[in-house]
Amino acid sequence: MDNDTNPLLSIRNLKTYFEMDEGTAQAVDGISFDVYSGQVVGVVGESGCGKSVTIKSVLQIVQKPGRIVGGEIIWRVQQADGQEKLIDLAQLDAQGKKMRSIRGSEIALIPQEPMAAFSPVHTVGSQIIEAIRLHTAVSKKEAKRIAIERLHEVGMPSPEQRMDAYSWELSGGLRQRAMIAMALSCNPRLLIADEPTTAIDVTTQAQVLNLLRKLQQEHNMSIIFITHDLGVIAQVADYVVVMYLGRIVESGPVDDIFHNPQHPYTMALLESIPTVHSASKEFLPTIEGSIPHPFNRPAGCPFYPRCRSFIPGTCDTQTPSLQPVNEKQSVNCFLHHQTAVEKQN
Amino acid sequence: MAESNNNKPVILEVNNLKKYFPIKKGFFKRVVGQVRAVDGVSFFINEGETLGLVGESGCGKTTTARCILRAVDPTSGEIRFLKASGETVDIATLPEEDMRHLRSEIQLIFQDPYASLNPRHNIFDIVGEPLFVIQQMTDRGERTERVRELLQLVGLRPEYMQRFPHAFSGGQRQRIVIARALALNPRLIVADEPVSALDVSVQAQVLNLMLDLQRKLNLTYLFVAHDLSVVKHICDRVAVMYVGKLVEMAPTDDLYYEPLHPYTEALMAAVPVADPRIRSAMIELEGDVPSPSNPPSGCYFHPRCQYAIDICAQEAPALTEIKPDHFVSCHRAQELTLTGIGEPGEAYLRSKIGER
Repeated sequence: MDNDTNPLLSIRNLKTYFEMDEGTAQAVDGISFDVYSGQVVGVVGESGCGKSVTIKSVLQIVQKPGRIVGGEIIWRVQQADGQEKLIDLAQLDAQGKKMRSIRGSEIALIPQEPMAAFSPVHTVGSQIIEAIRLHTAVSKKEAKRIAIERLHEVGMPSPEQRMDAYSWELSGGLRQRAMIAMALSCNPRLLIADEPTTAIDVTTQAQVLNLLRKLQQEHNMSIIFITHDLGVIAQVADYVVVMYLGRIVESGPVDDIFHNPQHPYTMALLESIPTVHSASKEFLPTIEGSIPHPFNRPAGCPFYPRCRSFIPGTCDTQTPSLQPVNEKQSVNCFLHHQTAVEKQN
Repeated sequence: MAESNNNKPVILEVNNLKKYFPIKKGFFKRVVGQVRAVDGVSFFINEGETLGLVGESGCGKTTTARCILRAVDPTSGEIRFLKASGETVDIATLPEEDMRHLRSEIQLIFQDPYASLNPRHNIFDIVGEPLFVIQQMTDRGERTERVRELLQLVGLRPEYMQRFPHAFSGGQRQRIVIARALALNPRLIVADEPVSALDVSVQAQVLNLMLDLQRKLNLTYLFVAHDLSVVKHICDRVAVMYVGKLVEMAPTDDLYYEPLHPYTEALMAAVPVADPRIRSAMIELEGDVPSPSNPPSGCYFHPRCQYAIDICAQEAPALTEIKPDHFVSCHRAQELTLTGIGEPGEAYLRSKIGER
């Protein structure tokens, strides 16, 4: 891993709200994290936690009525003269030339459903060639050569023939490989993978995860990996961000998140998931209740109605903030706020 | 095969079940081939136990479940069900009229609780409908009482009876689906991916509820799922399917720790371990699942199997009992030593959390 001190991508207090007639859904509510060069950042959370909206905000593809209402998304670009420049992606026009030159080229996306992402009426090859020619000034022939090379790289059997295949002719695993080849076609510096293995079977999932790990090392890319599967996160991520209802509840290196979790939600989540090693036919520890509707978000800490360590009078009235608990980990909980603990005593 | 090792009677015995779907082509809808969705599956379930049916998408596990409910008519084979009266019937050939009465003993829990509840009926109507239709319980007061009981049983507040499905979260909806399935005091419940549409923090609640109900009501479950961790957690025995055939069936721990079929081994190796200290444990299986309309010769798994020998491509192995209660269909089951889920890295993690 490249030990650059400056992050490649730095999200600062990002807020993306959906303003609707029924009310405002604070899908992403003031989150901050960094992605360094060559790092794999895993973003975990359940449905409605804002993990997908976060990456959609980075790419400026949030669907209406959602919009970025505050915060910064600082992207470090390398200019032709070797100088580095910082750009705030949140300020760019979503349809503008600058954003379009970054999206798909420097920052690429692997969507969740490759079936829905590919056009069924164009061949896989023509879609990859289109992406290459959109971002680089190469001839059609050269683009085709690059596309075949990329397909070969992701382990597509007989890539020359598969260039002329339609997405629906490929199996789930091959389709996801073609998607990865397309995402890699312009040598992105940051790859965003939005639940890339959720729609596929476990043996294919292992193939895709091993492939992503291999490509990440070969290209020294950064990856933001979004998933709700803690097993997948443990296998691929260097750094983990745990989200709940639009906020980051805990962030830290993967080993600390799994072996030394600090936030009650992270702890409960790790305990409540059955694994192949847990004892059969025994009751699992559970998290009571269910995820609140975004319009009925609890005041104070969003997790307090389900929390085992709820401090009455504090958690339901004040909002905690993400604060470091040691040199690597940060936690968004009053249990770790010095002032709150004093108040309690 | 009807003999089981514990003394519980066999409630369901499936023998050589086949379901082929014809492939039709052209103007005259000529049959040009068959999709062998279920191709000679045999298994049994003892009363009061949970049998897990696992496999990748397209392996025929849902079609098997649907044949047992006669939601589709099987092409051939036997499905012998032990009724509460002690009589055994063959579901595969039962006339529609008798099947309707039998359905109160076999109930289904669906995968997607958002799609399986009618949005225009309130909870009383949804849970009370089977009571009205099958049990002819016409008295509204009596029905209300029973629905109240059922809702309490699944952990919902009876006051919610007049609400509509949209007012409930995914986990609560799945509880309503379970309450409806329990309304007629079934003995066998076929659960088709009951927790895969739920959030991870809610999955545990529904799994606990299913375990609790099984203990209270002596239910038998056929649990169809693709998530090996969930299956390990809830099942007594597990059957693994591959391209319409059963490749292995054994008590849960035997299957997970000492698998005898190479496909089961590959499945176990592919499960990502939720511990960053055990990395690259994922061994991948080459190639793709073959199409059930054009399966390979011999053992369907041989093109992807690292242990395949000549005979594997020629002859299809039969499901045989190698160890007590451990059935496997592999030519080399006797000679191979395969690895299961191995190092309990997560047991370590769990015990660490438990110390807190």
